[in-house]
Amino acid sequence: MDKPAKTVPAILAEALTKRYAPDAPPAVDGLGFSMPRGATWGLLGGNGAGKTTTIAMLLGLLVPSSGRVACLGHDMARDRFAALARMNFSSPYIALPSRLSVAENLRVYAHLYDVPRAEARIAELAAQLQLTELLDRPAGNLSAGQKTRVALAKSLVNRPELLLLDEPTASLDPDTGDWVRSWLERYRAESGCAILLASHNMGEVERLCDHVLMLKQGRVVDQGSPAALLEKYGRDDMEEVFLDIARGRQREEVPAQ
Amino acid sequence: MNRAALRRIWGLIYRHLALYRRSWPRVLELMYWPVLQMVVWGFVTAYLAGVQNNVTSVAAGVLLGGVLLWEVALRSQMGFSISFLEEIWSRNLGHVFVSPLRPRELVAGLMGMSVIRVLVGVTPAALLAWALYGFGILRLGPVVVAFFAALLMMGWAVALGVTSLILRYGAGAEALAWSVLFGLTPFAAVFYPVAILPAWLQPVALALPASHVFEGMRAALLHGEIEWGHLAAAFALDGVWLALMAWVFMRQFQSARVRGALLNIGE
Repeated sequence: MDKPAKTVPAILAEALTKRYAPDAPPAVDGLGFSMPRGATWGLLGGNGAGKTTTIAMLLGLLVPSSGRVACLGHDMARDRFAALARMNFSSPYIALPSRLSVAENLRVYAHLYDVPRAEARIAELAAQLQLTELLDRPAGNLSAGQKTRVALAKSLVNRPELLLLDEPTASLDPDTGDWVRSWLERYRAESGCAILLASHNMGEVERLCDHVLMLKQGRVVDQGSPAALLEKYGRDDMEEVFLDIARGRQREEVPAQ
Repeated sequence: MNRAALRRIWGLIYRHLALYRRSWPRVLELMYWPVLQMVVWGFVTAYLAGVQNNVTSVAAGVLLGGVLLWEVALRSQMGFSISFLEEIWSRNLGHVFVSPLRPRELVAGLMGMSVIRVLVGVTPAALLAWALYGFGILRLGPVVVAFFAALLMMGWAVALGVTSLILRYGAGAEALAWSVLFGLTPFAAVFYPVAILPAWLQPVALALPASHVFEGMRAALLHGEIEWGHLAAAFALDGVWLALMAWVFMRQFQSARVRGALLNIGE
């Protein structure tokens, strides 16, 4: 018998490994975690730690060398399209067609995700994300903050149960970044959507995430809630915890404050 | 194919139609080359044969028919390949490949765009041939629809091969999207019969659906006959080439997922 939907993890990764070449060191090395429904988790690590590779494997964009990943109960090796219809993704490094208007872009993705009553959904998202005035503007003519809001609207068009966000506030000014974080907090509370967030902004991680996976050289080197990690490392903010982990310092090695 | 799949295919076609609606140079570019070809070949045939109702004017029709029908194959291949490249240029493929759009639906959407681009590109050239040189492509009879379809399919098969190379080699293979089918022109019997080719090249020509279409076109124009054998051979070869190239495409798509090429394609 199938497990009840709520007990199926949003993401289940088992011994996930990726090598880009047989003789290359693994970009991701035996990653395993089970992220529950409705949770917001952070995926942290320095450049080259394996965050992008991990997200690409979770999305089915990249085939693991070994191990297994399931999203919303669907095995991504065998049944990824069923999962992809129920999840979505946003990254500032993947653009939307710049010549298309905001409305046209959202309409394209409403079709691709087979969203019912697409025009009503687009209007609803535009109102929520303050995009109504921008709907007829070409996506390429928007400011970084406006593009981020459009990318968020795209990623929410199918009311995803699992949302993967790659640096959602990268290159945004502090005010716009704070607006996006507040919006995500509210959205998660209202929708119950599970969110996996890759970010270099430690304040963002501390504010949004229930649980953090710290990656280094493709392995999880530590994990826990931001509060637990702060206590474990005896630090005041996550940026210091990040530096301790990135530089391989344990608590006893951390200079007294 | 279910309703959701059809909607996803329409989503991809809508994305390109929206692009053309906002970019008149792209629309102009669709018509530019077929019209230019028709003007040049029209004057060449007028010079060589004179536009008269005799055997030489029938020969002129054979040349103009060849130009028009070969444009169908060229525009079909380019319509598919360039629509795929548009996704790369707009750095949008990452979003497309993490949506529920299946690879076969991506291919169907690109085929749909290819048909639209062929109609927009070739129709003005066909009208020009009729208005300036008195050559109506419909004089071939209803069989012209079959010729049209066979050449469209050949264009798709070549485009699947080009797209596979782009998946394999990235931006380095982009130039093939414009040039590859021109390289087949000498073997496709567009302007002369297969029999003109050296004996050792004839099997190569006969392996191409286009050479059967053009043999059929000449039979229709010169003798008013439908060469059913050539027509059947064209469709059979289309089926074989499409199946083979679809297999190559799926292999390269899967290989790109293994190599991580979908993360940075076009760079």
